[in-house]
Amino acid sequence: MKKTLLAAGAATTLMSLALASCGNSSDPKLNQTGAAPDLPRINETLVPAMKISPPAGWNGETPTVPQGFTVSAFATDLKIPRQMLILPNGDVLVAEGRGGHAPRLRPKDVIAGFIKKQGNTRIKGGNRITLLRDADNDGLPELRSVLVENLDAPYGLAYVDGYLYVAEQGALTRFAFQPGQTGIATPGERVTALPSRINHHWTKSLTVSADGTRFYVGIGSNSNVGERGLAVEEERAVVWEIDRATGARRTIATGIRNPTALAIEPTTGLVWSVVNERDELGPQLVPDYLTQVRDGAFYGWPYSYWGQNLDPRVRPQKADMVAKAVKPDYALGSHVAALGLDFARNGGFGGQYADGAFIGMHGSWNRQDPSGYKVAWVSFSGGRPVARPVDFVSGFLKDGEARGRPVGVAFDPSKRILLVADDLSNTVWRIAPSR
Amino acid sequence: MNIHGLSRGWVRPLHRLLLAFPISLFTFALFTDIAYLKTAEIQWTNFSAWLITGALVFGGIAGVFSIADFILGARRPGSRRTLIHLVALVLAWVLGLLNAFKHSQDAWSSVGVFGLTLSVLCTLLVLVAGWIAYSARETF
Repeated sequence: MKKTLLAAGAATTLMSLALASCGNSSDPKLNQTGAAPDLPRINETLVPAMKISPPAGWNGETPTVPQGFTVSAFATDLKIPRQMLILPNGDVLVAEGRGGHAPRLRPKDVIAGFIKKQGNTRIKGGNRITLLRDADNDGLPELRSVLVENLDAPYGLAYVDGYLYVAEQGALTRFAFQPGQTGIATPGERVTALPSRINHHWTKSLTVSADGTRFYVGIGSNSNVGERGLAVEEERAVVWEIDRATGARRTIATGIRNPTALAIEPTTGLVWSVVNERDELGPQLVPDYLTQVRDGAFYGWPYSYWGQNLDPRVRPQKADMVAKAVKPDYALGSHVAALGLDFARNGGFGGQYADGAFIGMHGSWNRQDPSGYKVAWVSFSGGRPVARPVDFVSGFLKDGEARGRPVGVAFDPSKRILLVADDLSNTVWRIAPSR
Repeated sequence: MNIHGLSRGWVRPLHRLLLAFPISLFTFALFTDIAYLKTAEIQWTNFSAWLITGALVFGGIAGVFSIADFILGARRPGSRRTLIHLVALVLAWVLGLLNAFKHSQDAWSSVGVFGLTLSVLCTLLVLVAGWIAYSARETF
């Protein structure tokens, strides 16, 4: 009797430990990029896979770039650089900061929050915009100044017609500004408030239409997949179009989980976005994506992913919403955390880098084999992506440690350089063709 | 319940007091799980997650007392009841830990059929463990 009881106890304990162990490894044979990615079956595990690549310094080394290019640190010691903007006069603006004020609702939020913190910088966000001027294009800015401070987690940036527009985590703000200025003394003026309750995904991405009349703002979801309740998802996981003249706004895309960077495709003038998809369905679900932001489209979140693939975690289920979910244009890989997007313009770098998009991938935490941690290049033709992504800047991960994590990317067609913001080493990298 | 060799006056009441927590917390987690599955109102599963965590913390400390009781009192007559109590409590704790992980999944996956099953088992086991402990006189 005693022995049986003890054996039963031990067996249950062992079984439980086996059940709780971390998820399956990923299958390298699956193609998770392009228009029709392979999607494995859902694989939820009791303990979500959490693989943090611990931060390590660059120690004088630099990222890896293709042959024929050089890379160097353009600016260091920034305070969490995110997105960048190249002004008409060539000056570079860098938005620095960190936002979000999501309460910890469950023990999980406390534990996972602590673990994820291990993979991020310990620096406090600058909540400011830094200006860098390298007029002679030698890769060493001769001027660096804080353009404007005391912002509320600035992220998206745009310049139109005498105003600098800053997408803070709770508002689109504009400052009277002329390129050439190195400081802004006048206070900002609110163009429109942006949804900011909770701000689980706080980054507000921003771009402006080619003719300068309309803004596009990306607003991320307030949860992974509705676990804070669907009531807090009002006007979340959407892209807004804001009329510059009147400030009137319209929701053009919905169900677009976290549109972290927006950019205008130069040959067509259409708006594109990189979007971060949901976690905890397995190491190869769901691929983050690059897509044209289609007016009126519903991209599935939270009810389904990549079209009609049902997410069983969302209740009540909505068959009508699942039915109308559109597939995004182009998968970038699961958990790569695409945060940066900019198009090559005016011939780009030439050759295979003439027409296409640079994509900054911050890197994964929700899979055992890290993905992302690089800047990828996706070739376009006729305004559409045409080939598999290739690595453009890599080497952010070395021996399982993260030396950097790419965020925003900015291509300057007049200087023919690409800038990459790295919010782990707090650096802006500059990539240029070798001379 | 008498902890042999540790029979100071405070041991028995403290052990019983600690045991009261997993009994009520696991039981209420079962209720809040049912409430979530009936309403899909997220706050119920948030409650469950904290209730289970509380049950694990206090149940874990109570379990240390129970283990000490079993080891130090193993040669006494009636120790089979001590063993049943201990195995039930340990099983409730192990399944409760699984359930805590289950409840860390998002939305419906935080409960589902598996989470509800675990909550039922935890509640039954901890009620058995409590019944034995509270019905014990001098020893059990």
